[in-house]
Amino acid sequence: MDGMMAEAAFIDIGGLDDIPLRGARTVATAHGTIAIFRTGDDAVFALRDSCPHRGGPISHGIVHGHGVTCPLHGWVISLESGAAVGEDAPCIARFRTRIEGSRILLDIAGPITTA
Amino acid sequence: MPRQRLVVIGNGMAGMRTVEESLALAPGHFDITVFGGEAQPNYDRIMLSPLLAGGKSFADIVLNDYDWYAANNIRLIAGEHVDWVDRKNRLVRGAKGSEVPYDMLLLATGSNPFVLPIPGADKAGVLTFRTVADVEDMLAVVKQGTKTVVIGGGLLGLEAAHGLNLRGADVTVIHLMPTLMERQLDASAAHLLERALTRRGMTILTATETAAFEGDEAITAVRLKHGTRIPAELVVMAVGIRPNAGLARAIGLECNRGVLVDDWMRTSDPAIFAIGECVEHNGQVFGLVAPIWDMAKIAAKTMVGAPAPGFTPVASVTRLKVSGVDMVSAGAFMGDATTDDIVLRDAARGIYKRLVLRENRIVGMVCIGDASDAAWHFQLMKDETDIEAFRDTLIFGPVSDDAADPDAAVLALPDSAEICGCNGVCKGAITASITAFGLTTVDAVRAKTKASSSCGSCTGLVEALLKSALGAAYAPVAVKPMCACTTLAHDEVRRRITGGALKTIPAVMQALEWHTPDGCAACRPALNYYLICAWPGEYVDDAQSRFVNERMHANIQKDGTFSVVPRMWGGLTNSRELRAIADVVDKYSIPEVKITGGQRIDMLGVKREDLTAVWRDLNAAGLVSGHAYGKALRTVKTCVGSEWCRFGTQNSTAMGVALERMSWGSWTPHKFKMAVSGCPRNCAESSIKDFGVIATDAGWDLMVGGNGGIKLRGTDMLCKVTTDAEVMEYCAAFMQLYREEARYLERTAPWIERVGIAYVRQRIVDDHAGRGDLASRFHHAQRFAQFDPWAEQSTGPEPAQYSHVAELV
Repeated sequence: MDGMMAEAAFIDIGGLDDIPLRGARTVATAHGTIAIFRTGDDAVFALRDSCPHRGGPISHGIVHGHGVTCPLHGWVISLESGAAVGEDAPCIARFRTRIEGSRILLDIAGPITTA
Repeated sequence: MPRQRLVVIGNGMAGMRTVEESLALAPGHFDITVFGGEAQPNYDRIMLSPLLAGGKSFADIVLNDYDWYAANNIRLIAGEHVDWVDRKNRLVRGAKGSEVPYDMLLLATGSNPFVLPIPGADKAGVLTFRTVADVEDMLAVVKQGTKTVVIGGGLLGLEAAHGLNLRGADVTVIHLMPTLMERQLDASAAHLLERALTRRGMTILTATETAAFEGDEAITAVRLKHGTRIPAELVVMAVGIRPNAGLARAIGLECNRGVLVDDWMRTSDPAIFAIGECVEHNGQVFGLVAPIWDMAKIAAKTMVGAPAPGFTPVASVTRLKVSGVDMVSAGAFMGDATTDDIVLRDAARGIYKRLVLRENRIVGMVCIGDASDAAWHFQLMKDETDIEAFRDTLIFGPVSDDAADPDAAVLALPDSAEICGCNGVCKGAITASITAFGLTTVDAVRAKTKASSSCGSCTGLVEALLKSALGAAYAPVAVKPMCACTTLAHDEVRRRITGGALKTIPAVMQALEWHTPDGCAACRPALNYYLICAWPGEYVDDAQSRFVNERMHANIQKDGTFSVVPRMWGGLTNSRELRAIADVVDKYSIPEVKITGGQRIDMLGVKREDLTAVWRDLNAAGLVSGHAYGKALRTVKTCVGSEWCRFGTQNSTAMGVALERMSWGSWTPHKFKMAVSGCPRNCAESSIKDFGVIATDAGWDLMVGGNGGIKLRGTDMLCKVTTDAEVMEYCAAFMQLYREEARYLERTAPWIERVGIAYVRQRIVDDHAGRGDLASRFHHAQRFAQFDPWAEQSTGPEPAQYSHVAELV
């Protein structure tokens, strides 16, 4: 995107088909477990696998539109922003992804900063 | 003046529709007696296919139940054929000796299936497909894998094949012509249909002729003209029907292929009318409902002495669904040298539409895979509308500004436009009933006109008509939508799933106009459940629409680990199982083990990546999933019972094991718990279970709707039974009623509070036949539900959901 991204470190984590449609898989990283979501329209999102409410594994939630419902207490998380819809809580850290052919690349340099 | 005596011979759709029309026109005009050869009230023959498939019960397809005959003072003589009519003395004689005098006689004897004159056609196991009795005969034979041959790839044959395929039969369809349904479909559409049916697991043989049926007494094989033998335990002949005019011919009425009638349905005897599939009018015989409804109207008017326009068969449209594939065909769909075509093809999606045009007017149409614009195209065809101005977009349907407001589009339709395709109700009939009877709700319109009472897809149109008739006075019954993704309530969604033969989540969302692309965490699991319940063995479970526990087959805990609960039948275990559990706990360092409230052992804190290995070890000791995580049958809790207890009166443990063996694996709207106590001391706490059983000296007390959760509710007494077999049957029937009628996430307690225990008793206790039907639907569904998900997940390659896709540390 721009010069700020010089330190990005995209790593191939698997094929698009490894993630179920309207589902998620996880990646173990130095930043903790990251959930990789694939939505019904084949968009891919990467968020830390931890709900801002009680730390539930959002990778196990039901994926609908560009959102996921946390399996523990039903909070709905926007995959685009990491925000918990209608809740007063911090956003979940998001990570950059890139699709090359049918492969998914994850930027493990660190989460997207929203400054 | 004494009332005229009307005798109707034939208790089918045509005859009863005529009676209904006459009652509506001139109530009390006739003293009515109806003879029916079949021993049932009038039912919807079009629905025999879902009856065969198991999607409907007989009660669902009854059009006029016994109460209707009683309420209208109609004497029904069901199960007695008529073998003579004494025209001179105006007397009808039944085969069992009934004699009924008439002033006016209506013949509505329908048609008979055509039986091919092939050697061996009389062997046991060679059936036709025409009546409820035929369906019962098939169901008595057909099991998973039954080798079945359906002869005839027309409408009727494919409906039979579809139903049998859903029942698990191994179906081959033999069709004489080169393409399926050649009377309704062109070659392209037939090809798509053949492909869809093949995908459903049927074998389709076209351009194939049957030579003989082989076997001693019962059928064992079908031999084809070119020599091939196809093994068969069941053969269904569905090659066509012919008018049943035997009686008319015998009593000297003028007949050709059918009973000859004039434009007012009068036969050659002025006191005798005839209607439906048994008649021949202007050289034509009839098999579809639309023209027969017109006949019924005309015959009823003429019979009560009201003026009626003569019968002229109008272009009719064939609309059907085979294997959930929408098909419509009408008019001169094959085209000829004077016509041209507009064709839209999307083979990947299985869609093909073809409009046949002559001089800028639609003269025929055929479409398959998407029938959403068919009503509009058919109306243009009937009205002979000049389409030149919008020929470019014609095939895509009504994309004008009008279409943006669906209400306006309905109001613009002429009175003759068909609103309800299932029941052949046109717009004028609905608006007239709304005015005449002061109808204010969709349910009232359904009751009066039958519009929108079958598949429900026209409900929106009926509402628009109510709105325009009543204006601001129209207050739609407030319903709580299932979720924010739809305006429809749970019950309406279910109704449309079964009525509209919707078989996938995307199909439901498409047909019911969901507001969101793929639903939400509330509606997706509900739809997944409703589809499993509606289409057992056919619907493919969608794991991504399951809550995590049901997707992972274990209970998620607050720290993201899982708990694992193996099944212990009736709460019984042994040293081998306990040793295996102890070994698993040690091997995988499971931090906590606890006995559950349902008498099972819970291993808490199992890591996701250990789940499949834990299950493999438990499976090896004979332990299977306890479904402690599911909206499903959970546990059957028992006391020790008469085997050991000095107070016990019955063997409650054995009963608990039997109930659990019968019901494990079943999916239910919410979790379902049972208990069996061996005496009224009730040590198994049966009185707070969904289905509780308490032994007495005389037998068993059956209790339902208990709940020990947030809101404590004691059970209601369902009934007392005496035998073990009754406990099993009532339990299966009760579970099925709950499965079919409760809303998703509604426990039995609030469900029973909503519908009333009296209703449940009426369905389970009073209605003996209905209880049997419910129980057999339950057992049918269980054939596809009883597998151990742990074994399935832990043998073969590791399913993806239990591990990371990548490990970067």
